[in-house]
Amino acid sequence: MLKLQQVKKYYAGQKAVDDVSFDVRQGSIFGLLGPNGAGKSSILRMITGITQPDSGEIYIENQKINALSQSESIGYMPEERGLYKKMKIGEQAMYLAQLKGLTRLQASQQIKIWFEKLDMMSWWNKKVEDLSKGMSQKLQFVTTVIHQPKLLILDEPFSGLDPVNSEVIKKEIFQLSKSGTTVLFSTHRMEQVEEICEDIVLINKGKVLINGQVDQIRKEFKKNQYKYKVSGNLDVFEEKIIDKSDQGITLQLQHQQEAQEILKYCLDHQMNVYGFEEILPGLNEIFIQAVEGNAARTFEKEINV
Amino acid sequence: MKKISLIIQREYLSRVKKKSFLVTTVLVPVLMFAAITGMVYVAINADEQQVIAVWDESGRFIQQLDSTDENYKLIYSSPKPEETRDSMMSRLDADILVHIQGQHSQTPDSVLIYKEGGVSLAAKSFISTAINDIHQDKLLEEAGIQQSKIDSIQSQKLPFRSIDLKNNQETNTEIASMIGYGMGLLIYLILFIYGAGVMRGVMEEKTNRIAEVIISSVRPFQLMMGKIIGIALVGLTQFLIWGVIMILLNFLLPFLIPDLQGLTPGNLSAIPAGAPNIQDIQNNESIHFIQTAMNQNWGLIIGAFLFYFLGGYFMYASMFAAVGSLVNEDMQDAQQMTIPISMPIIFAFIIMAATAENPNSPLAIFGSLFPLTSPIVMMARIPYDVPGWQLGLSMLFLVLGFIGMTWISGKIYRTGILMYGKKITWKEVFKWLRYH
Repeated sequence: MLKLQQVKKYYAGQKAVDDVSFDVRQGSIFGLLGPNGAGKSSILRMITGITQPDSGEIYIENQKINALSQSESIGYMPEERGLYKKMKIGEQAMYLAQLKGLTRLQASQQIKIWFEKLDMMSWWNKKVEDLSKGMSQKLQFVTTVIHQPKLLILDEPFSGLDPVNSEVIKKEIFQLSKSGTTVLFSTHRMEQVEEICEDIVLINKGKVLINGQVDQIRKEFKKNQYKYKVSGNLDVFEEKIIDKSDQGITLQLQHQQEAQEILKYCLDHQMNVYGFEEILPGLNEIFIQAVEGNAARTFEKEINV
Repeated sequence: MKKISLIIQREYLSRVKKKSFLVTTVLVPVLMFAAITGMVYVAINADEQQVIAVWDESGRFIQQLDSTDENYKLIYSSPKPEETRDSMMSRLDADILVHIQGQHSQTPDSVLIYKEGGVSLAAKSFISTAINDIHQDKLLEEAGIQQSKIDSIQSQKLPFRSIDLKNNQETNTEIASMIGYGMGLLIYLILFIYGAGVMRGVMEEKTNRIAEVIISSVRPFQLMMGKIIGIALVGLTQFLIWGVIMILLNFLLPFLIPDLQGLTPGNLSAIPAGAPNIQDIQNNESIHFIQTAMNQNWGLIIGAFLFYFLGGYFMYASMFAAVGSLVNEDMQDAQQMTIPISMPIIFAFIIMAATAENPNSPLAIFGSLFPLTSPIVMMARIPYDVPGWQLGLSMLFLVLGFIGMTWISGKIYRTGILMYGKKITWKEVFKWLRYH
């Protein structure tokens, strides 16, 4: 659906995006991760056509991007949210929908559907300045998806949202994805990524560090930690225990084989096994590890030079 | 194209629907009209007659003062024994007491004017003129000069008329300079008022962070031009409404002030703002004045006004938009950043003032060709019949200047509108222009 090829972007001599490539599959929910200032917003702005890459190509559905002619199939919610404060909510939604190419009639139909879905019908004649922050975020989301885009680009969609609205938006993102919309969003909050995303790309300082499916990445970064919940203790493996709690005992092992051997040991010693699982690292951990490792590597390089 | 018209529509409607638009558009001409009508009314309907008691100790002025002015009635009297000023005034039922001090039959020492609450400027000037006239006449007479001779010599004035060689029509430099100055001033105000409107609009979009949403649907240039055109239409609407209201009110005037006979509604607008000397309108000079005003090439003036209004507006509006895109929340920054734009406008105004006096000076010619100043300066030259090639060149330069300026501004705008939080300096802006 969306393909970035060796995209570079410089601002005043600084590399904001440095040779970034990744693919986004049709209908997937794709997370663009990275610490603040990694270049996430710069990448999203290039995909929406607000800025142009200095080199490299961006393809949408195998066609070189021409974001303005394709703008009708893209929905974009920037990190810095914004609406006309003095405009009435209904008019505002109508205006933004028409800018995305809907006719008046289509626009008003779509707005009604969405407003009813998100319980916003009574807002129609209110002004944006009278809305609470959460309400205006909901409105912002609606105006982003009103024209049924094929590609939905959300820059930090959950920042500033309370848990209730966050849940509402999350549900809508899932719905859209199910109905075929490709969703690309940026965030630095990992727990959401684990929940929502199928694929991710992790960037730092404008470069891609990790790219792939969430499950696979977690497996790649696994450290052979296993958790046992058994009757009796595992004190014989004292030196391997890294955590002990009511939830179970976590062991640091060398390989998968060893985990099975220990499981066998438990069974051999007539212990009841209530639970056994491999602990996969959270994305948060991977994220920090990768970013710090990356920082350390660049640091090493500098020293070597 | 459809999108830019959507933007124009929004910009236009969101402004026209505002209460403040209604207030300025309808109230301003009504208030102006009320002020002018009030002035005319006061001028035509005389004040209540005031009684002036004259107590002339010198006796030189008794029965001599001119009382043709129906606003004032003169009574000559002197106080009865043991009568105070107040009781004398109430005996005569006088509003004002004029006490001419001095010995009998001698030049008076001074004149005192008494009135409760102080004498009005008009009354004082009436009294002092009347007394001084007689006083001077007496002095002339005593010196053996006849007043009638002086009068007849002074009335001998040679008539002057200026004729334009081109069409043999009479011209009037005062009128031409007035029209030019007025038009130039109007454009000057328009550039500032509507230019600032564009800047505020851009700042609003930037600080509300809506700009990024919009320019994911349209080009930044379209957004900028949509706003500029929308506001231009607001301006034209305002002019149109003002024009219509003015014409309607002018038709209404004779009903409000029936005394205004002999004055047709059409030529009322030709009366200079100092309406009090309305009686003059009937005499030849005024009719002559109106005729020469009509001799002006109004088609050219109005056509040029529209061209220079739009050309100047578009050029400056794009600059104001660029500045608006550079500013963050801080209003003070905005003021600082507008200095490079305000300077040429003010400079143009200064040249224009000089041009109204001397329309063919090298400075005036330069100012009317240079696109940053020509919208204002050329308007001041138009009533003086500008050579065709200069007008053509000036218009060409303005169009080129407008295109160039819009192009540069568009570049600044599209970068500036996405720069949040950071104060942008002109130095950085020049860098963008060079690298992008």
